[in-house]
Amino acid sequence: MVKKLKTPLSEAEIYTLKIGDRVLLSGVVYTARDQTHKRLVEALKKGKHLPFPLKGQVLFYAGPTPASAGKVVGSIGPTTASRLDSYTPLLLERGLKGMIGKGSRSPEVKEAIKENSAVYFLAVGGAGAYLAEYVKKAEVIAYEDLGPEAVYKLEVRDFPVIVAIDAFSSDLFQEGPLKYQR
Amino acid sequence: MRQIEADLIKKAVKNLCLEANFYLRKDVLEALKKASQSEESLLGKDILQIIIKNAELAAEKKLPLCQDTGSTSVFLEIGQEVNIVGQSLEEAVNEGVRQGYKQGFLRNSMVNDPLFRRQNTADNTPALVYSEVVPGDNLRIRVMPKGAGCDNVSRLKMLKPGDGVAGVKKFILETVKNANGRACPPLVVGVGIGGSFEMAPLLAKKSLFRKLGEPHPDQKVSRLEEELLNEINRLGIGPMGIGGTVTALGVAIEITASHIASLPVAADISCHSLRSAETKL
Repeated sequence: MVKKLKTPLSEAEIYTLKIGDRVLLSGVVYTARDQTHKRLVEALKKGKHLPFPLKGQVLFYAGPTPASAGKVVGSIGPTTASRLDSYTPLLLERGLKGMIGKGSRSPEVKEAIKENSAVYFLAVGGAGAYLAEYVKKAEVIAYEDLGPEAVYKLEVRDFPVIVAIDAFSSDLFQEGPLKYQR
Repeated sequence: MRQIEADLIKKAVKNLCLEANFYLRKDVLEALKKASQSEESLLGKDILQIIIKNAELAAEKKLPLCQDTGSTSVFLEIGQEVNIVGQSLEEAVNEGVRQGYKQGFLRNSMVNDPLFRRQNTADNTPALVYSEVVPGDNLRIRVMPKGAGCDNVSRLKMLKPGDGVAGVKKFILETVKNANGRACPPLVVGVGIGGSFEMAPLLAKKSLFRKLGEPHPDQKVSRLEEELLNEINRLGIGPMGIGGTVTALGVAIEITASHIASLPVAADISCHSLRSAETKL
């Protein structure tokens, strides 16, 4: 079944999501990778403002290739989420509701997803040319010095993702493979 | 001596960077198409179809197959009768990478030092250059951009000779299990066996250039490749790690002599976007 969702995400919407659901996301998402996470968490710990609001928002773990003339964005796709696990619980506590990445998450992140009623989406990795089709606008809004790791504010339409960890602690990376082990 | 202008090398490397990043290898595309037929998981099938569509779009729009356009490994086989003129070979290669990544709007993913400053070099150099001298008067250049998602889960283990085939299998399967969905399966697993602590990983990497589906000429080795592929696909990890019957597209093993007391084994894990291109000057 394919569900359509708009960002920012509400808890009511998040509770309707189950692992394995295919979702088409529309609205604003922010890119954030390793160095960005480090800066975001440092800012939060010092009580400083973040360059964008966290409440209800979705982070996309991605660093696009540069856009050529006339293009919104180059290729864009998810990076490995587990590298960001240590930063994630604090961001979830502060209102982050969704994450798009690839690969499994730590038990701590799963717990924080459940406690804060959030969701982790999988996007297909290594399909950056395909996913770029669903990005309608892209703008660097912070940390430009980080190059591909800068924060891009993206506007996406019907961006295809799969629910990988839902708000009930179900984990597609654990449950999916069990069905096919021989 | 045959003279080769460094400028020619520069241009060749530039073009190979573009070719590898825009056009998925034919053998890889074929293997993906087969996998999308055989995959039993519906979500897995969907994912494989997206990956195939991605390759078509990338070629058509000249967009990188993956946003991680990688660190750039360049393998050179230099004929011993070749004399390179005009510039240092390494500089020419790096200039080729620099120009290719700029012209193709490829992502710059190299940092100047890995531990302290981690500042992006902004042109994807330095390339990782491996040269060997071979008979003849040609220069063979092979380029392989590789993303970090799968490189980060590649592994080396110094096994004991007594660990034998069973030990090698156990290590490879453990490595794939640990890689899980992080390395963008379906994977291609390059395996290097023998040599030494530094040679096994290099062999593993080189094996990734071999055409998928082309078995190792030694039957003992090709049988091991086949067994490993079957066993990996029985793990159930599936496309992107969410379950399925296709976890790997292929296993390629390279093997060489080693010390009487050693059995080094390296697994170079490649994501499904196995990219490489080559030319001969």
